[in-house]
Amino acid sequence: MDNFSLFDGDMESTLFYLMDLGNKLPTMPDEHKTEEFMVKGCQSKVWVYPNFTDGKVQFEADSNTAITKGLVFLLWSIWNNQTPQEILNTELFFIDKIGMSRMIGSQRSNGFTSMIKQMKMYALAYSNR
Amino acid sequence: MKNNIAHIRSQFPILHQEVNGKPLVYFDNAATTQKPKQVIDALQRYYELDNANIHRAAHTLAARSTDYFEDTRKTIQQFINAKEDAECIFTKGVTESINLVAQTWGRTNLKAGDEVIITTMEHHSNIVPWQMICDEKGATLKVIPINNEGELLMDEFDKLLSAQTKIVACVWVSNALGTINPVEQIIQKAHAVGAKVLLDGAQACSHMQVDVQTLDCDFLTISSHKLYGPTGVGVLYGKRELLDAMPPYHGGGEMIKEVTFEKTTYNEIPYKFEAGTPNIADVIAFKYALDYVNELGQELIAIHENELLNHFVEGIHQLNKTNNNAIKLVGTAKNKVSVQSFVVNNMHHFDTGMMLDAKGIAVRTGHHCTQPLMQRLGFDGTVRASFALYNTIDEVDSLLQALSSMVKFAKR
Repeated sequence: MDNFSLFDGDMESTLFYLMDLGNKLPTMPDEHKTEEFMVKGCQSKVWVYPNFTDGKVQFEADSNTAITKGLVFLLWSIWNNQTPQEILNTELFFIDKIGMSRMIGSQRSNGFTSMIKQMKMYALAYSNR
Repeated sequence: MKNNIAHIRSQFPILHQEVNGKPLVYFDNAATTQKPKQVIDALQRYYELDNANIHRAAHTLAARSTDYFEDTRKTIQQFINAKEDAECIFTKGVTESINLVAQTWGRTNLKAGDEVIITTMEHHSNIVPWQMICDEKGATLKVIPINNEGELLMDEFDKLLSAQTKIVACVWVSNALGTINPVEQIIQKAHAVGAKVLLDGAQACSHMQVDVQTLDCDFLTISSHKLYGPTGVGVLYGKRELLDAMPPYHGGGEMIKEVTFEKTTYNEIPYKFEAGTPNIADVIAFKYALDYVNELGQELIAIHENELLNHFVEGIHQLNKTNNNAIKLVGTAKNKVSVQSFVVNNMHHFDTGMMLDAKGIAVRTGHHCTQPLMQRLGFDGTVRASFALYNTIDEVDSLLQALSSMVKFAKR
């Protein structure tokens, strides 16, 4: 997250950085990119596919746009391979910290919010197992 | 116009700001145009001095508001050269204008087996209202196909026309592609089989002169906010004999002649279609937008906008030469207005739009409310730059420069 402070709110550099981050996401198999695993609310498409092994949640995730994919990577890097309780307990301060809400605008923030909600929903479902 | 562009820009306060640390370049004019000071002042003046409900009270403010409101009607009548001002009905916008025709004219004139013809490049607002009334009446919706450049296939239109055709509802200028459709021909051919024609003029009226009597269209829809006026105001032009015969759309105040619990008689046009208190302030301010455009002259505006379009298209061709055709222009009709859709290879249109925004450049991205058109052309969306009277060649150059660096990034 500290890397974002280097850009000092410069939107263009932040976007370039986000697009680079997106490339670090492990490839998500196409057969998991179905309607069922698509996150609603994003202007661009986002897929999140959960799996639960050894008491931890694994996520596969992808987006069809590079900037959103960068945002997806941020969430993925925080939550992949965490216990459901850890995921449910996380407060995501970084959204405001990197000026995301201002930069991304409400329409996209809402999509981003649905993405967070969806991942927490999966964690909640696994937490009862 | 080139000589007084600085003066023109000084009349649009919104243009003088920075977005993301860069001077704002506003190229989303096909979505909505910015408003000159004259329009903004008129809105403020109305609420400070004249606010009263119209067509009702005996007092001076009401009389003044009514006069100003009706002045706009006269101005729009002249703007489109309608025979009389009563043929110009104020609505919320083009969407409401089209729904009004579909729900009143359509409901009384369409029956099972009838056909309604639209085009592939319609905005959703000229598709869905017709689908709804066709479903209700058992009528069929037919669609004029297009070529890859985004032009109507007029031979196919000839084949679709028949005695069953009751109305052709057709966009004059495509919002997504900028194509100017051959509406004179369409009207002539439709009338020859006894069909009516509704022209969706949302995009056309800010770019070209309109003469409904020469065109002989039966209905025309106009949007104020795409014509430098306030949002929330539209106009439906209709020929008197059609409007007179149509039942009212909404019931309420203003549209009645006499109400008893047994029976209500309806007011004359245009009031028959203007139930309830209208958007008085915005209608009054709309006149100042029309005056503004008239003063600059639509011919000169069109020349200026075409220069901007040609400069952009030429710039993209140059850029493509050294970048392996990295940008695809979408919508390359011979006859078009200053709207250009495009996609950058290997880059989602949404990313392109966000990157341009980071440079202070406002464009539209997405399907432009024309999903069937996007499907036909094989895109799930495009980036759209649309140029208006206050835009400059320098601004177009900023866009070209931004795209040039983006293409290099996308290529990596």
